[in-house]
Amino acid sequence: MEISLLPLILIPLFTVLAMLLPNSQKQIRTIALLGSIAQLIFSIALFYFYIVEREAGNLAHFYFENNITWYAPLNINFHIGVDGISIAMILLTAFVVLAGVLVSWNMEHRSKEFFFLLLLLSLGAYGFFIALDLFTLFFFLEVAVIPKFLLIGIWGSGKKEYSAMKLVLMLMGGSALVFVAFAGIYFDSNINGTPTFDLVQIASLNLPIAVQKLFFPFAFIGFGIFTALFPFHTWVPDGHSSAPTAASMFLAGISMKLGGYGCLRVATYLMPEAAKEYSTIIIVLAIIAIIYGAFATMMQTDLKYINAYSSVSHCGFVLLGIGILTKTAIDGAVLQMVSHGLMTALFFAVIGMIYDRTHSRQVAQLGGLLKVLPFISTAFVIAGLCSLGLPGLSGFVAEVTVFVGAWEKVDLFYRIVTILACASIVVTAVYILRATGSVIMGPLKNKEHAILSDASWNERLAVILLVTVIIAIGISPFWLKDLLSPGTEIIINKLLIK
Amino acid sequence: MPLCGFVVLGLFGKKYFSKSSGVIGSLLLLTCTLLALYTSYNYFIVEGPINGTYPTLTVFHITWLSFSNNLSIDLGILMDPISVMMLVVVTFISFMVHLFSIGYMKGEERLATYFSFLSLFTFSMLGLIISSNLFQIYIFWELVGVSSFLLIGFYFEKPAAVAASKKAFVVTRFADLGFLIGILLLGYYGDSFEFSTLIRQLTDTQSLQFTAITTASFAGVSILTWSLILIFMGGAGKSAMFPLHIWLPDAMEGPTPVSALIHAATMVVAGVFLVARLFPLFSIAETALNIVTFVGLISAFLAAVIACTQTDIKRVLAYSTMSQIGFMMFAIGSSNVGIENSLGYTASLFHLFTHAFFKSLLFLAAGAIIHIVHSNEMKDMGGLRKYMPITHLTFLIACLAIAGIPPFAGFFSKEEILLAAYHSNKIVFFIALITSGLTAFYMFRLYFSIFWNKQKELHHFHHEGTWTMKLPLVLLATCSVLVGFIPFGKYISFNNKVAASHFDPIFSIAPVTIAVAGILIALWIYKNESNKAKQLAVSFGSIYRAAYHKFYVDELYLFITEKIIFNLVGRPAAWIDKNIVDGMMNGIANSTQNISFLIRKVQSGKIQHYLLYFFAGIISMLVVFIYLWK
Repeated sequence: MEISLLPLILIPLFTVLAMLLPNSQKQIRTIALLGSIAQLIFSIALFYFYIVEREAGNLAHFYFENNITWYAPLNINFHIGVDGISIAMILLTAFVVLAGVLVSWNMEHRSKEFFFLLLLLSLGAYGFFIALDLFTLFFFLEVAVIPKFLLIGIWGSGKKEYSAMKLVLMLMGGSALVFVAFAGIYFDSNINGTPTFDLVQIASLNLPIAVQKLFFPFAFIGFGIFTALFPFHTWVPDGHSSAPTAASMFLAGISMKLGGYGCLRVATYLMPEAAKEYSTIIIVLAIIAIIYGAFATMMQTDLKYINAYSSVSHCGFVLLGIGILTKTAIDGAVLQMVSHGLMTALFFAVIGMIYDRTHSRQVAQLGGLLKVLPFISTAFVIAGLCSLGLPGLSGFVAEVTVFVGAWEKVDLFYRIVTILACASIVVTAVYILRATGSVIMGPLKNKEHAILSDASWNERLAVILLVTVIIAIGISPFWLKDLLSPGTEIIINKLLIK
Repeated sequence: MPLCGFVVLGLFGKKYFSKSSGVIGSLLLLTCTLLALYTSYNYFIVEGPINGTYPTLTVFHITWLSFSNNLSIDLGILMDPISVMMLVVVTFISFMVHLFSIGYMKGEERLATYFSFLSLFTFSMLGLIISSNLFQIYIFWELVGVSSFLLIGFYFEKPAAVAASKKAFVVTRFADLGFLIGILLLGYYGDSFEFSTLIRQLTDTQSLQFTAITTASFAGVSILTWSLILIFMGGAGKSAMFPLHIWLPDAMEGPTPVSALIHAATMVVAGVFLVARLFPLFSIAETALNIVTFVGLISAFLAAVIACTQTDIKRVLAYSTMSQIGFMMFAIGSSNVGIENSLGYTASLFHLFTHAFFKSLLFLAAGAIIHIVHSNEMKDMGGLRKYMPITHLTFLIACLAIAGIPPFAGFFSKEEILLAAYHSNKIVFFIALITSGLTAFYMFRLYFSIFWNKQKELHHFHHEGTWTMKLPLVLLATCSVLVGFIPFGKYISFNNKVAASHFDPIFSIAPVTIAVAGILIALWIYKNESNKAKQLAVSFGSIYRAAYHKFYVDELYLFITEKIIFNLVGRPAAWIDKNIVDGMMNGIANSTQNISFLIRKVQSGKIQHYLLYFFAGIISMLVVFIYLWK
């Protein structure tokens, strides 16, 4: 069964364009909601058709490919296609965007621009996940970065100008590095005498080792900045905490995954020899992010900072999985991307809800919210338990897969790394429980909070949506695992052949 | 079935069955108990041993998450003597606790939540017992931990309860770190996470896996031993063994029926169960077994000493639990493969079995008392025997059982433990003997102070409690009398073979004498109000103070976490991030900015300009690169 991938870009595009017409906030948010529901339906359909196709015995790497010439002189093509990894990411995006729209339902200040930019971001993310041409990939990467500046700058809180500037500059720096790598790859790939941006073609021709070694760091660090690679993670705390709720959700839930996906799809897949070469350095940086991020989280007092630093730590698992280069570990990395995306989106959504009501995010000023906000508090606890890797929720599945993957390498170095990574889950438990203990449990600290009202229908819907997926992955991880497996298999095979 | 209970009560409980949630939960559990009894009847009696060995059946099996060809997390149901025995214990005690809770928790606003947590716990505990895979056991292990966390923190408005729940979770989580690494080690070398495969491959001295795991070593100790020690660390955390015991006494902040279920009868013995489950492996790693013995013995003794000094009734019981689990641990540790020496294994599980009944009885009775007195402190109690005759009688039975007086249940199991210790190591036996004397002493100290001594005024006294509170007490008391007569060795032994019961009347003279002595001393001191207790405390001086402060282990932990982890690791990490790493990034940004100011001499501050420079820079770099490259 054939299905075109174009609607994935066209749906957000039309939604965005449709939003330009009306002026009332109600109409705009309805369009945004319908648009994001359409995205989700399409993504699920895509997932379904992919499974059907696989069952039918289609063994191609990328499904539903489409190749349109974009700019012939430079051999730039609009080449798209998906494998299991992309579909997992697309599903993640669809869920997070829908939840983000629901959470921002009552956004009144410049709602048109807000939803416009939010859906534009989703357009960038979808385009990025389906692109099979480096130039197209880069194009969508930029689409997914620039709106953030405005989202944070206009609707943000705290030192928003500083954060917006910092975030965009650092991510721009990342994309610049990525671009250097792309250009390098482009000039060194020769298909019948012409250089190419085509990912599939480049993968088939094995770049010279010297080229790989030179450009791998550019690509990896460039994408790594998106995934909070140590020491380029400092945009994460400031950016996340200044951003409005939906933007934080998008930022941590999807944006950081752009980097992980890029590292895997471009850096590791196209330059496997260099990936092996630099594996140790990547692992060391990842483990620093994991441990140090976790300890830094312990000292934070602002809920958003807590979640932002914990994202640094959790995304370390993604990089660790990619750096270890075994199939299980890479599976784990992708699982962690999905899991963390959902979990952190839920966390930010809940923190946003708490902030909307109490106007505070300081742990010290909050307390005993379970009594007044039972629904929101329960969601907070679920997000926390997912974060600390409780079995039955998605975090556990991902982390354990990374651990087992890391354990497959025999060297003492890998053993120590795994043990350190395992140790981080204890620290995670400490900071999550500290936050939960004082914010959610305990006696009600602020008397004024006693009159707060619990989640509204849209907020409930957003939370239920995310929690359902988290539990679905946690209870039956095999469907997601089977979805990813063929894609990671190919990446690994590429690493094995010399 | 308890899972259904959890889901239904958790999601809809508050709205629809606030009142009836207890009844629903109890009925579900009753069904479970009957099913478990039926299963065990089928397994032990109807099916019976085949050629003198009980079969190990895997009833159900699916692959949950596969990692590589050999390694995967599977979910399965494993039936062998110990899991069937545990099924009965868990469902029965859980049912009793559900029933008791209906009365005890009456009037509680979040009743449905409470029962849904109880169901969640029972579900995870049952899952843990029937696990056929190491990772499956870990999954349920964590779930048990979290339901314990939720139940301890049930009174979430009490800061002490919140702190206790955090502590319980973090300490056991830390222990589980060892468990996880142990699983990874064992799984990697054993090429499987499946119990049956693991045990088959690692006990076969000819197999590749056996050679690999015994020859590979780290710091002079073989990997097998390492992995078992690490797994035991997980078990010790859950079972509150020294030095990971600090969470258990605090966990008493939870509702009392919860303490009866989780922190006395079921969850805390999970560590013993784990060692029993992996016993074929432990038996070939002597060092690991010795550590189990050692840790068990220290815990048993220390906890008994501390229990003599505590004044909070639930804390006394908590330390007594720790002490009894210590008994089970060193019993299993002192057994070895071989017909004579394997007694400890049977004895340990026998004690686990009997202990579940009388300890949950003690807790439920304590719950009934607290329900009436509204205090946990012994000094607020006294002379209660007239007010609460049923509680009094059942409490007495439980005390006699735990002290090891014939013919109560504890007598038989403790005899076997002491016998096993006697056969394996005389020093262990000697300490165990003293500890059992102490047990009798502190239990009767409790008993006399609560039910005898000077009568205290009771306000608002109505009646002893509803029938749902009394029935479990009576049932459990009956069990505490009777279960000792079960010929346990016939059903449970290390190799699942039918073995004869070991019982030696001559041998039991010494322990019984010591126990009686303990009771008499308690009687002398605490029966009537006197200052003998104070004098005694003074005469022991510093030892008493140290024991009263739980040998300062808590303070040590606090020092490590607060001072070292937070101040020496956490704070610097946060500081470095804020100032050095981020400072570096800002520094780069600022210097770029400064340079651009210098060049342009215009303070435009517009991001477009910076981006322009940025890209200009990148492109020029690119050009240089490409030229150099060619």
